[in-house]
Amino acid sequence: MNFDFSEEQQMVRDSIARFIQDDYDWDTRKAIVASDQGMSRDNWQLFAELGWLSIPFAEEHGGFGGNIVDLSVVMEELGKGLVVEPYFPTVVLFGGLIKRAGSEAQQAEWLPRIIGGEVLGAFAYVERQSRFALHDCQTSASKSGDGYVLNGEKVVVFNGEQADHLVVLARTAGDQSDSNGLSLFIVDAAAAGVDKMSYAMMDGQRVANITFKDVSVSADALLGEEGEALSVVDALTAEAIIALAAEAVGIMGVLNAKTLEYTKTREQFGVAISSYQALQHRMVDTMMAYEQSKSLLFKALCEYKQDPAMAAETVHALKVLIDRNGKHVFGEAIQMHGGMGMTDELDIGHYAKRLMMINTTFGDATYHRNRYVETAYAA
Amino acid sequence: MDTAYSPEDLAFRDEVRGFFDEAYTPELQARLRSPDYKNAIEDWQRKLYDKGWVAPNWPAEFGGTGWTATQKYIYETERSLAGIPNVVPFGLVMVANVIMAYGTDEQKEYFLPRILRSEDWWCQGYSEPGSGSDLASLKTKAERDGDDFIINGAKIWTTYAQYADWIFCLVRTDNSGKKQEGITFILIDMKSEGIKVNPIISIDNHHSLNEVEFNNVRVPAKNVVGEIGKGWTVAKALLAHERTGIAGVADVKRAVRVIKEVAAKEENGGQRLMDDPGFQQRLADIEVELMALEFTELRTLATQAAGGFPGPESSLLKIKGTELQQATQELLMEIAAYYQGVLPVDLDPEALGHEFATEARRNYMYGRAATIYGGSNEVQKNIIAKYVLGLE
Repeated sequence: MNFDFSEEQQMVRDSIARFIQDDYDWDTRKAIVASDQGMSRDNWQLFAELGWLSIPFAEEHGGFGGNIVDLSVVMEELGKGLVVEPYFPTVVLFGGLIKRAGSEAQQAEWLPRIIGGEVLGAFAYVERQSRFALHDCQTSASKSGDGYVLNGEKVVVFNGEQADHLVVLARTAGDQSDSNGLSLFIVDAAAAGVDKMSYAMMDGQRVANITFKDVSVSADALLGEEGEALSVVDALTAEAIIALAAEAVGIMGVLNAKTLEYTKTREQFGVAISSYQALQHRMVDTMMAYEQSKSLLFKALCEYKQDPAMAAETVHALKVLIDRNGKHVFGEAIQMHGGMGMTDELDIGHYAKRLMMINTTFGDATYHRNRYVETAYAA
Repeated sequence: MDTAYSPEDLAFRDEVRGFFDEAYTPELQARLRSPDYKNAIEDWQRKLYDKGWVAPNWPAEFGGTGWTATQKYIYETERSLAGIPNVVPFGLVMVANVIMAYGTDEQKEYFLPRILRSEDWWCQGYSEPGSGSDLASLKTKAERDGDDFIINGAKIWTTYAQYADWIFCLVRTDNSGKKQEGITFILIDMKSEGIKVNPIISIDNHHSLNEVEFNNVRVPAKNVVGEIGKGWTVAKALLAHERTGIAGVADVKRAVRVIKEVAAKEENGGQRLMDDPGFQQRLADIEVELMALEFTELRTLATQAAGGFPGPESSLLKIKGTELQQATQELLMEIAAYYQGVLPVDLDPEALGHEFATEARRNYMYGRAATIYGGSNEVQKNIIAKYVLGLE
């Protein structure tokens, strides 16, 4: 029984924390969010040099060979700084799909480029009508000669604005809601027939609605087995949820620390408001919410590391708890900061908005409570 | 024990519905959501003024409606259900009540008709950077100079100060006694020399809040409302008015209706969200509490109708009402799913995704303030503990 992080993990953690402290202060981040690209390419190169982009990939492709715990360390630290550079869309989603489903040739082609910071990727999976049901997919890919032709629309594609390459979930067979007949394709975002409408999200991300009109791809664009994509995407989702939960834990910790600090310095009625027992108890509650979230994250990490299938129930539970506790923590953080918590200038509201987007990504608490019930209470 | 409407009440309800149907036009609704908000809401208030309905809570002698408590309740319910925003409260609800109760004849004659006709836009100068929940610790200083006061200091969280012609302020005229003593309620022309309005962008990415600085601002002493040094008494009376109606029962009802409409259209893999038991239970929890709050509010109204003054019980309405508002706002955000985070762009919302998501996000984000403003919910609990439960 051991919940310690390895020396190597501690080094990665320290290196990200140092970057945020020295080179990613609040004003810097604000300027990056407001910039044309909504991210810093220089930072991305720095992430590559520091090896952060290599964490979840195998050593044979130039990766760090890290496991889920290594990935969660990175995500937790990036969360603390509200880093907007597209680590999650490029490394966890785009890279995660290629590492899972890619042929030897595809992995050899793409993973070193991701690790080197040469590729910005995205995973196009949400459709207007799909909500959280990944198999509800209208985008089609029809066989044409040696390759395929894609038609359809994906919405709210994370990093969709900046990504140069996409993995697109499309239907090669079956009806709109069939579990079978889904396939993944690697698509050049600049290919003929790919059109995007970009916009910003409240958490600083740049996303896009992307349409595909008779987009031709060759046979080797197919990622994994034709028609068998859902199991790949489900597996990716589990890892992505754990990664997001780690980010959320990082954010909750920061919110609690900032709120505690504020209540110690804010005086009303002649005393620091932290001296009021009513507020003290509430800060105890948010501290417990943070610790409980961390504990369930650790359980998911231990199980997933041993065998991803073991973590199936816990992943749903984790998404439920992160949603509930995240809302509790950011709600109290805003409330206890009073009017200041309502300002765009202060970082508190921005941490809240990132937690909200984490909550909705790959399904909110209502969705995952149902999935948990189906998984855990199945007769 | 009876809440049934009389035939006269039902006829009144039909009249209100008919008027709203006709007067609250789609064109006006669009303007209210546009940058033309200020002119649009003033136009709407003037329509209500022409109808004689702009001030349901004013006594008839000052231009109020003279409605019964039931009629006021019906009016408020119909307004909310029609999705019509409340009148801007700073003039018509807040300062008007203070002037009617404490103002001189001259103040009443000058200000009240102008407020009724929406000729002046008012804002509220209470909170200061160092005085939030502890409002009585306010420091903005007013020093006597002949027939005038000279004001120095700053107010914060001043809603729509950028539009305001007047601000009603609590200022300190005496530092020698208890902090509640020596506070004076004064009306200040926003065009006075030495006033500076600094915008504050809130977490809904909107500009409604401001900081207002006063630098040697000269204000005639005749603009004091009530006695000099008795502003705290005036302020407390006003806060009670601010809290009634803050429950927003009818607004929450409307939000529940919107939730049902949009949840019926959202699907997860073929299952409508509205048919999802987990979702249904969360909505049911809101409705159960809402039903109770409606009758808590009716009980308060009945007390008022019988001549009682809204007392510390109105704090209960504020706490429960704002909690329910936030619960409905949260649910609507969740229905919007990925779209909850979309910032408005110069693109057709229909082309982008969900039409209701932008409004859901704004309401949810700005809605965080409801438990903070008007006396934070923590302060409301202190009031109940002290004045209702008798705890010291």
